This record gives sequence, C-alpha cells and structure tokens, in this order.
Amino acid sequence: MSLLEIENVTLKFGGLTAVDNLSFSVEQGEVFAIVGPNGAGKSTVFNLISRFYTPINGSIHFDGHDLLKEKASDVASHGVARTFQNIELFEQATVLENLLVGRHRHRQSNFLTELFFTPSVKKQEIQSRHYVEEIIDFLDLQAYREKRIAGLPYGVRKVVEVARALATDPKLLLLDEPASGLSVEETTDMRWWIDDIRRQMGITVLMVEHDMGLVSGVSDRVLAMADGARLALGTPAEVQSDPAVIEAYLGHAA
Amino acid sequence: MRIVFKTNYMQDIRPWKDGYQLSLYLILLAVVFAAPFFMDAFYLGEMTNVLIWAIAGLGLMILTGHTGQASLGHAAFLAMGCYANIILLDAGVPFMIAFPLAGILTGIIGMVIAIPALRLHGIYLAIATMAMSILVDDIIVLTEPWTGGVGGKYAPPVNIFGFMVDRWGTPREFYYLVLVVSVIVTLGYINLLRAPLGRSFIALRDSEVSAQAMGIDVARTKAISFAISCGITGLAGALMGLFAGAFNNETFSVVISIQLLMMIVIGGLGSIHGAFFGAIIVGFLPQFLSIAKEWVGAIAGGSSVAIPGLEFGIFGMILIIFILFEPMGIYGRWFKIRTWFELFPFYRKDMFKRQKSYLKTERLR
Repeated sequence: MSLLEIENVTLKFGGLTAVDNLSFSVEQGEVFAIVGPNGAGKSTVFNLISRFYTPINGSIHFDGHDLLKEKASDVASHGVARTFQNIELFEQATVLENLLVGRHRHRQSNFLTELFFTPSVKKQEIQSRHYVEEIIDFLDLQAYREKRIAGLPYGVRKVVEVARALATDPKLLLLDEPASGLSVEETTDMRWWIDDIRRQMGITVLMVEHDMGLVSGVSDRVLAMADGARLALGTPAEVQSDPAVIEAYLGHAA
Repeated sequence: MRIVFKTNYMQDIRPWKDGYQLSLYLILLAVVFAAPFFMDAFYLGEMTNVLIWAIAGLGLMILTGHTGQASLGHAAFLAMGCYANIILLDAGVPFMIAFPLAGILTGIIGMVIAIPALRLHGIYLAIATMAMSILVDDIIVLTEPWTGGVGGKYAPPVNIFGFMVDRWGTPREFYYLVLVVSVIVTLGYINLLRAPLGRSFIALRDSEVSAQAMGIDVARTKAISFAISCGITGLAGALMGLFAGAFNNETFSVVISIQLLMMIVIGGLGSIHGAFFGAIIVGFLPQFLSIAKEWVGAIAGGSSVAIPGLEFGIFGMILIIFILFEPMGIYGRWFKIRTWFELFPFYRKDMFKRQKSYLKTERLR
C-alpha cells in the first residue's frame, strides 16, 4: 500500500474548480514532485493534505489513516510535516524555539506538570533539545540557533522552515516550493539536503517546485498539473517531454 | 562585554542565564520582602496596589502578549474573581480555599466565554470582549441578592493561619499576602513559558496556520490560554476587592479593562517584565501627578486647582509616545539599553528592527 493515496479529490471555490478529480499516490521512500503553471492547484493539494481545506468529494489516506476524518492539528500527529510557500515561521521567536515547537506532537506533559516544571518535563525538554540539535547539525544552522527569525535573511528562513518540519520527526515531508527565491548556490544545497532527507532519514518527500533543475535532480516521479487536473505522471524526463505538459507551459504551436 | 558560555542544555532550560543574573533577581526579591521594614504605610499600600495590578497584568499578558488575542474585557474577570472570593468568604469558606477557588472559577468561566469568541480575530475579538465587560456591569446589578448590586459589598478581614489580614488594620500582612501571590504566579508563568504549552501560545501568536501544521490544536490552545489568563486575572480581582475594601458594579468598569491593556502595552507586550513595568506606571502615575501638581502649584500658585481628566490625558499621551517610538514598551527599551552595555562597543542600531507587529491574528491562511 502506498504511503499517501489521493483518490478522485475535487475542491471548488465557488465557481472555480481548484482541484479537479485528482488521483495520485506517493510511495514510501520516494521523492515525488508536483509541477505546473501558476494557479494549477499545486499548493491547494498541499492544503488539502494538511486539512486546511476539505474536498467536496474524494478521499485522502495517509499510512492507513483516513485524513478527511482528522482535524488539521491531528495531521501532524500521524507524521505529516510541511513548509509553506510564503514562509510561515514564528517571527518573534528564536530559531531554537521555532524548532522546539516542531517537537510539540511528541509532548507527554500536561498543563499541571508544566506549571510545576516537574523532573519529567525537564527530561522531556532535554530530549526535545537533543533531537533539535541533531536537526541543527544536519542543516548547518548552528550560527543562527539563538537568533530571532525577524532578523534572518530569506535563504536562512527557508532552511529553518525545513528544519522545523524535520523536528516533528515526520514520515512524509511536504515542501512547498523549497527553492523559490533562493540563489543558485542555496538551491544546490537544498537539493543535497532533500537527497539526504530521503536517504539518511528515510523520510518520503512530496514537493511542489518550479525549478526544473531541482525537480529532475532529486525526484523519482513527477506529477504535472494544469487547472487542477492531472496532465502527466512519470519520471522527470517523461513528464518534461510530454506534449500535454509542453502545451500547458508554452501554448499551442501556431 | 559579557558572554555566557553554554556547556549544558540545562543552561537554556533553567529560568536564569547565569549566576550573575540569578543573584540580581534574588537581591530584588530580598528588597521587596524587606520593604515593610523601611517603608511607611502609605508607600507600602502603593506597592501593594502596584503588585495587584502586576498580577492582573500577568493575566492579560498571557492572552494578549503571548497568545496574541486582544482582550478589552478583563475587568469583567477582575469583577468575577472579586465577587466569587467575597461571596465564598461570606458563606464561611476559609480564605485559603476561597481565594484559589475564585481564581479557578473565573478561569472556567473565562474558558466557557472564550469558546464562542475563538472564531473572532484581532479587533473583532477586542470588541466582543469589551461588550462582555459592559455586560458584567449589568449582571452585577441584576444579581443583587448575591452581589449587593449598586449598593456594593464590603470586604471582610481575612484570616490566614491565624494572622488577620486587612488592608487598613494590618497593611504589612496584606502586602506579604499580595507579594507571595505575585511571586507564585510569576514562577508558574515562567514555567509555562519554558514548556511546550508556552511555546504553543507563542506559535499561535506568530502564525496560526503553521502552528496547526505543527500539530497544535488552535481552538483548544486558545481556550487554555483564556482559562489561564482569566484565572490569574480572577486572583488579581479577588486581591483588588480586598484592597479596595468596598466595591460595587462600577468598580470594575470597562475603563479598567482599557487601562489594563494600555498597561501591558506600555510595559512591553510579550514579556513578564512588561507586566511589572506597566503596573509601576499605572500604580504610581496618579500619586506622581498629584505630587507634581502640588509642586507646580507651589511655584505658579493655585495649587488646589483640579484638572479633570488629567490622569487619563497623560496616560494616553504616554501610550501614544510608546506606540510611536518604542512599540516593545519599557521592557524593550530596558532590554536595548542592557544589550548596548553587554555588547559594547558592537551594538548595531537596527539590531532590534521589527518587520512585523504582534497581533497578526487576522491571518489564518
């Protein structure tokens, strides 16, 4: 069984069909990319998986769980972490605090034990910190650990968002345009990190990306979308040479 | 330039950075505990007042400063705490039970009220809570058999482990009562902030959508924040009632709500220090003004002239000046000065430049 299965999902905003009867599945351990022109519904698919939107029909299963029965805040507890296209970090907190929020789904303590900061809470805090430090080492964020997000450059924020998602210890990582706005060098770094996330951590990656260099460099399979529907699905080379995809990007031959 | 070298995770988890900082706070604690021995009854009363305001400020700070939910209705929770405490005392419940119970009751009521208000954001939440503050005034009048209505109620002296604690009779004991409560509340607050719950409050304040993606239940966490905030405010209300001695429906008017919010903004949103700094301003401003008025009057003549609205005028002016020039409040200014000395000579001018403001609760997705 696939890790993530999306079947016949449709979502409409008023008269606009944002996602049109879309089906695809993501296998355990692969890097799966979604490409398509602006407004194709790529980020909407992410928001459907994150349960910010509810489809009018279709089903979304993750790791045997019916996500449509879950609240948005419970999606993370099944092991789905995500980043956002327009970085959504906790601006007034430090990098460290941001990553510690990522550990929230592993919280064992409750209001009372936290109020008295019992030894078990202290132990949990040390464990969280330990895990977060490993992520900081992995993504080379040591220099920014105590810095507030509000003062960080864009490229670093992008990495911090990936780090925060990794801190939740996910099975599936949703990356919404991880390379948008990054320099060539930063994009290359991101490419190796995505590779390492899959190989070293064994995390399945689903990403939306426009940079075809990055997409063909890291992904096993690519889904091309236009107007909320599926255009093509296959290896990066297959999708790039698909006539329907070329038409969606470049238009008809005259 | 002072640098703290970290060799252990506990150095980040414990509430103080190093021994130097800890010793400063211990000295402060020793000074406030010794205060009754070198202060006369008047200033001790003022200190008590400041501490009660600080507890109320801590209550609102959790909700507004850390969870990012503006409330203009916290006077209602002061009133609830105050009346719950007095009604329980009148029913013969000992103070040591009635007082925490008043806080817990107010917290539960606050949470129940919060549930419908959770869908509201920013200014709309402020208006809804303000409406509640106005409503409570009427509810107190309507439930006259318990609350005494317009006639009000009188606070009896309370008995704690054999000590009679009374605002006028034994100001020193009353001061210690308020001091101990404020220290306990502050310690609990510090503990919450360094634990997952406190971090989830901050996460909600800064980005609800990504808090949700991290597995934080937005509605539930907001309700908890309301409950804690209202509970602490209820405790402050109970102390305020004992401090005032007599109170009625007009004691906890919507003006108090506004004053409370202004207080934490001036003190510095999102910091425990801010609640105390703000309380010092709110508590001492009327006394400072009357002293200043006498002083001006002695020079210019006509010392007994009453200027209506002077206090609120000055208060409003201070607020505007802070919003324009130091949105992080007194705490922010203090923090910058301290950093300047700590980093001397490497302080950069735009080190604390902010890109976005607090209370961006309007954004959900």
